[in-house]
Amino acid sequence: GLKVRVAQATGAERRSGKELTKVGSSGGEMWSRTLLKSLRGARQSSQQSGERSLGTLCIVEAKDGAGGLDSASKATLACAQKHLPKPFVALVASDAKGASEEAAGEIASLAGVETVLHGVSDKEGANGLLAEPLSQVVAALVGKLEPTHVVTGSNTFGKNLLPRVAALLDSAPITDVVQVVDESTFVRPIYAGNALSTVKFVGKGPLLLSVRTTAFGSEALETAQGAGAEVASVGAEEVAAGAAAEALSEWVGEEKSESERPQLDAARVVVSGGRALKSKENFEMLEKLADQLGGALGASRAAVDAGMCSNDLQVGQTGKVVAPELYLAIGISGAIQHLAGMKDSKTIVAINKDPEAPIFKVADYGLVGDLFKIIPELAEKLPSQK
Amino acid sequence: GEGGGGWKAAMRVVVGIKRVIDYAAKIRVKPDGSGVDTANVKMSMNPFCEIAVEEAVRLKEKGLAKEVIAVSMGPQASQDTIRTALAMGADRGVHVLTDAKLQPLSIAKLFKSIVQREDPKIVLLGKQAIDDDCNQTGQMLAAIMDWSQGTFASQVAVADCQERVSVTREVDGGLETLSLKLPAVITTDLRLNEPRYATLPNIMKAKKKKIEKLTPEELGVDVSSQIEVLSVREPQARVGGKVLESVDELVDKLKNEAGVL
Repeated sequence: GLKVRVAQATGAERRSGKELTKVGSSGGEMWSRTLLKSLRGARQSSQQSGERSLGTLCIVEAKDGAGGLDSASKATLACAQKHLPKPFVALVASDAKGASEEAAGEIASLAGVETVLHGVSDKEGANGLLAEPLSQVVAALVGKLEPTHVVTGSNTFGKNLLPRVAALLDSAPITDVVQVVDESTFVRPIYAGNALSTVKFVGKGPLLLSVRTTAFGSEALETAQGAGAEVASVGAEEVAAGAAAEALSEWVGEEKSESERPQLDAARVVVSGGRALKSKENFEMLEKLADQLGGALGASRAAVDAGMCSNDLQVGQTGKVVAPELYLAIGISGAIQHLAGMKDSKTIVAINKDPEAPIFKVADYGLVGDLFKIIPELAEKLPSQK
Repeated sequence: GEGGGGWKAAMRVVVGIKRVIDYAAKIRVKPDGSGVDTANVKMSMNPFCEIAVEEAVRLKEKGLAKEVIAVSMGPQASQDTIRTALAMGADRGVHVLTDAKLQPLSIAKLFKSIVQREDPKIVLLGKQAIDDDCNQTGQMLAAIMDWSQGTFASQVAVADCQERVSVTREVDGGLETLSLKLPAVITTDLRLNEPRYATLPNIMKAKKKKIEKLTPEELGVDVSSQIEVLSVREPQARVGGKVLESVDELVDKLKNEAGVL
């Protein structure tokens, strides 16, 4: 059968006897209309012969009020763009029609995209993001498009959804990928990031993977030259595939922190507090510091457990993984599980009264002393970054 | 069924537990890169599984569950982990004995077989194992059972009618509450509960509780893997820095050396 793969960024490729050339000049790729047409033609004939021909299906989440694609979605698209077979189809799952359409429009202008699909669910609101119906729609879409790869972000949305999709397709997924070695070989962290495992997919496919935001988020997304991709609604048949599962679960409510501060997993600076802050009021002292630095607030598990702040601030093995330019660990001892979530930060500062605290082993700069004296002094002496 | 005093504690709950390297143990990668060294390393019940066992036992104590069955899959030593669950209050255990390296999809299929035998209304699993950090099994089991799923649960409340369960989940933006139709798979997050320590009397009592032994072959499940581990290595070590003398020095370094201000 004919297996069509689109040329990667480095130049002309010869695949299965069909020559594909990069069209256009300098810098990024240009996906000409003729090339896309030939792919569609190839796909039709290969669908008849039962071979997979679409490259990658990307699943992104667009939330109402998010103001554009979130960092997990960007990392997903960046990974697809740079490392996975093209062309790709993007599926936008959303809790609001407006957000869905806005995200679709943004994605349609990216290089490598063939189609952007939205309108997964007739249901408005957060019921449109529930895993039970959504996984059935995705599985149906995979059956129709036959991608070789399916990719999404390794955030709570992706973690909740992807394994369910994978099981429906009887395909073992590879989650929390930090590096793509080749199209079937990936690196993922294990044991709270104390080891890195290189794994190879040897199943019949499709290959489902989720990607860590910090590993792919900094790669800039390439825009397409020329006209954007087609934006379309998910087909009625695929939407209908989710109908029966809608009875399984229902969204009841949420408690979300509203903040003007940057998102924790995308912030340039993170000010993070631990057990030593002792109280919610003291924790709020860090808010001023975060605002001064234009950063996000983070926390250790101990601080969240003690009720000093909400769970969405937790940085660590089972919380958020961050890699900002500057991470300030304040009153945080540096347990393995916390380090798992921040040890890839560019610069780490530790402030702790215990000189033996493990955090000092990973910090670039440390101050041993009483944080209740150091923090106000720091706030006074730091230039305002806003 | 409805009516009469007995209907309330009708539910059976299955809890999955995994034996893993203790969370506080130092991780050593084998020099040949084939994996992490587990020889002579302290092993414990996965912390999230402990929380799952605790939640199941609490359901029994509330009169919502009539029986809690602790299930583990792995080599002979998994028995120890099941005994701990029994000491915490589970009624009986099931051990799927295998030396095969099990991956989440295979585990989900093994669980399906057990669920079909035991007919529980709720399956409680830890959200992830702290060794492979996969966070997949619960979602996969729910998929192949066509059940609802409540992942990363920080609160679980079974409705009086016992037809639905309310699950509050820890998600990226905060907390989200879903109402799930039973039967359901629920995966536990850190703050769902604080697991009890097994007391000595309960440890003694647990020795008399039954553990059924099964194999993947008996359950009709193919446990071959679709994923091969090629190698395991340590990440690049972060070089420790310096402890400074003053806030002034810190600000100076951040500005002029690190260039982050």
